[in-house]
Amino acid sequence: MRSNISAFLSGLLFAIGLGISGMTNPANVLGFLDVAGDWDFRLAFVMGGAIAVHAALRPLIHQRERPLFAAKFPALSASGVDRKLLVGAGLFGVGWGLGGYCPGPALTSLTTGATQLLVFVPAMFAGMVLARVPWARRMS
Amino acid sequence: MLSSFLPPLLGGALIGLSASLLLLANGRVAGISGIVGSLLAPVRGDISWRVLFLGGLLTGGLLLAWLRPGSFAPPASLSVGGVGLLVAAGLLVGFGSRLGNGCTSGHGVCGISRGSVRSIAATLTFMATGVLTVFLIRHVL
Repeated sequence: MRSNISAFLSGLLFAIGLGISGMTNPANVLGFLDVAGDWDFRLAFVMGGAIAVHAALRPLIHQRERPLFAAKFPALSASGVDRKLLVGAGLFGVGWGLGGYCPGPALTSLTTGATQLLVFVPAMFAGMVLARVPWARRMS
Repeated sequence: MLSSFLPPLLGGALIGLSASLLLLANGRVAGISGIVGSLLAPVRGDISWRVLFLGGLLTGGLLLAWLRPGSFAPPASLSVGGVGLLVAAGLLVGFGSRLGNGCTSGHGVCGISRGSVRSIAATLTFMATGVLTVFLIRHVL
C-alpha cells in the first residue's frame, strides 16, 4: 500500500516537473533540437537540474541496505553498449525529433485531450508492442 | 534572462526529486518507457506500482491543465499529413525506447546520474538523431 502511494507521488512530482520545465510543449523540445536554427537551449537546464539532484541524492539513498518499501535496489544491466541499445536509441531520437514528444511529456499531456496526443499516444503504445515481437528482438 | 532559465532548472530538479523518491521508496528506476511499457506484458505482483505511477503522471497533467494551462501546446487541427507524421513519431518513440531499454528519463536522467556508459551512449545517440531529424525537416526538406 505504502509503495503504491510513493509511486503515485513520484508520478505526480514527475509530471509537475515536466510541466514547469517546458518539456510538455513540443515547440520547446523542437527548438532545443534545432541547433542549426534559432537554438533554444533552455531545455538543457532540465536535464542538468534533474541529473544534479538525482546524482547528489543517489549515493545517500544507497547508504541504506534496501529501499523503504521494497526488498532490494534495482540490479544494473550487465550488458555493455550493444547494437540493440544504439538502434533503439537512434530510432527513438528520430521519433522525438518528428513529434517533439517523448513518453513522459506525451502521457502527462494526454489529459488535455488535445488531438495530437490522441494520435501520438496510441501510436506510441503500438510501437512498444511491436518492439516485443520476436523479429524486432532478432533484428539487433 | 534569469527568469527564462529558472523554470527549466526548477522543473528538472523536481524530476530529479521524483526519480530519487521512487528509488528510495520503491527501489525502482524512474524510466517512463519502462514503467509504462512493462504494463503491456504485465507480470503478477509487478503491476500496481506501475499503474499508480502512471496515475500520478496523469493526475499531474490534470493539475497542470487546470493551474498552468500554458504548459501545454494548444490543441492542433491536424491535416492528413500531420496525423501521418504523429503516427510515425509515436511508433518510433514507442518502438525505439523499448528496443533501446529507455528514453529521456531512464537513460537521460537516471542512467547518466549513476554514470552508466550504456545510458550515456544511448543519450548521445538519441540526441544526435533528434537533432538530425529536426535539421532535415526544418532546413533541408
